[in-house]
Amino acid sequence: MSAFIQEHGLLFGWLTVIGQILLFTIVLLLSLAFLLLMDRKVWAAVMMRKGPNVVGPFGLLQSFADFGKFLVKEIIIPAGANKTVFLLAPIMSLTLAFAAWAVIPVAPGWVVSDLNVGVLYLFAVSSLGVYGIIMGGWASNSKYPFLGSLRSAAQMVSYEVSIGLIIVTVILLAGSMNLSEIVANQAGGFWTWHVFSFNHILLFPVMLAMFVMFFVSALAETNRPPFDLPEAESELVAGYQVEYSSTPYLLFMIGEYLNIVLMCAMMAILFLGGWHGPIPLGEDFVANFPVWLVNLGNLAWFMGKVVFFFFLFALVKAVVPRYRYDQLMRLGWKIFLPTSLGAVLIVSGYVVYMGVQA
Amino acid sequence: MELIAFYIMAAIVTISGISVIAAKNPVHSVLWLILAFFTSAGLMVLIGAEFLAMLLVVVYVGAVAVLFLFVVMMLDVDFVELKQGFLSYLPFGVLVGVAFIAEIALATFARGASADDFNPYPGAENNVEAIGQVMYTDYLLLFQLSGLILLVAMIGAIVLTLRHRPHVKRQSVAHQTARRRKDAIRRVDVKSGEGL
Repeated sequence: MSAFIQEHGLLFGWLTVIGQILLFTIVLLLSLAFLLLMDRKVWAAVMMRKGPNVVGPFGLLQSFADFGKFLVKEIIIPAGANKTVFLLAPIMSLTLAFAAWAVIPVAPGWVVSDLNVGVLYLFAVSSLGVYGIIMGGWASNSKYPFLGSLRSAAQMVSYEVSIGLIIVTVILLAGSMNLSEIVANQAGGFWTWHVFSFNHILLFPVMLAMFVMFFVSALAETNRPPFDLPEAESELVAGYQVEYSSTPYLLFMIGEYLNIVLMCAMMAILFLGGWHGPIPLGEDFVANFPVWLVNLGNLAWFMGKVVFFFFLFALVKAVVPRYRYDQLMRLGWKIFLPTSLGAVLIVSGYVVYMGVQA
Repeated sequence: MELIAFYIMAAIVTISGISVIAAKNPVHSVLWLILAFFTSAGLMVLIGAEFLAMLLVVVYVGAVAVLFLFVVMMLDVDFVELKQGFLSYLPFGVLVGVAFIAEIALATFARGASADDFNPYPGAENNVEAIGQVMYTDYLLLFQLSGLILLVAMIGAIVLTLRHRPHVKRQSVAHQTARRRKDAIRRVDVKSGEGL
């Protein structure tokens, strides 16, 4: 980014960066409106319901109607709540969810900030997400939100450990912490994607297992069913968001869904080759088209993968019953942690002794 | 540009650092502490040590401060009682603070160091490599030793708190999944009026 600014002058450089950020924000919010609808539609379809179908054709405008409703309702702040922290919590949750997108490369070179420690940045920002929840639960000054936020914090901290180790295996294989380079490392068709890694055939079972574990950990990390214990509506009403209403609630919800989409994007980038299509088109064929057109195609692949993972998230929500808390902890600490630790050993051993080009 | 960013962040770190001890509510203190950590990470990014900055956020903000927050939120703190000892602890606190600043000043002036000879990645391409070189090659033994000490501390904590209670029902997943229909279900012909 700074190199870009030096090249194009301060003002133009800053304007471009701000423009990029705005573009990302708007596209994300718009797509989120439809992803939310998709979530509800998939859920409904599994239960053989119709789902939202009144507002607009096929209910396409449902999310916008909900949005308007959230905005015009009254913000209720419970008496005895810690007002500043109460309002700060959803803002923080949303800001962090957006901030993470700064390093996500959606097509070659199409990224706001191409950090060298991009993976670590993502990991750091997503580990901050827990604060929004803890602050919200505590500041509500109420029992259900507090219990929900405690559960959620413990859950997120536990699964972060295994997510971190799984990411380490990918970093080892790619030899870089730069997300663009991790994607570039998977160029050349679906057999070089990290999830299959057929070019390192010995690692195929390991990386496939890592991918599945990442998916499950991502479910737990974003508090999605079957790990939605923080908001288990049958026991805790709605967890940390019980006391929230109107816009603060909306911010929480958008933040939560943004995190889910972020996890989908991370899975696409780390394991499924990011913007690469499953069958490479060949240099000569691609060279005939302008760069922006090729990049739009890449963007389409990336978005397709993200939507596919979001579909899986929605499907899991509908078909899997909720875990019990001790089972959740057992899975995280006793199964995922040792397995991913072992995988780190195997992959690093492979990288060292088989001489993988870093 | 960098100077402006530095002064803004330095001001935020200082203010939040003071607020940590000035805040009346301990939870607010921890939140200020988090802001201080986070902004220090920003300062590290400014001098080019982005790996350390990310580690600071992941480890301190993402894990350690969460535990702080847990403990502080769970404590039933009596604020009046907390305030009482303040004056008697004040000289001691000042002493520690002065010693701290004096040590930093001493180290800085003795070496004649300035901010300019700070090198975020000496002899390596980026600072991830530089840190890896230092930790896993130059000081491998010390690094492993410190890891071992942490492990001992962890095991110690477990040994101190682990209680084996008899008659606690535990879930055995292997046992559960090994269960078959014939282990659990028995078909009985019950004659009417007699029961089992």
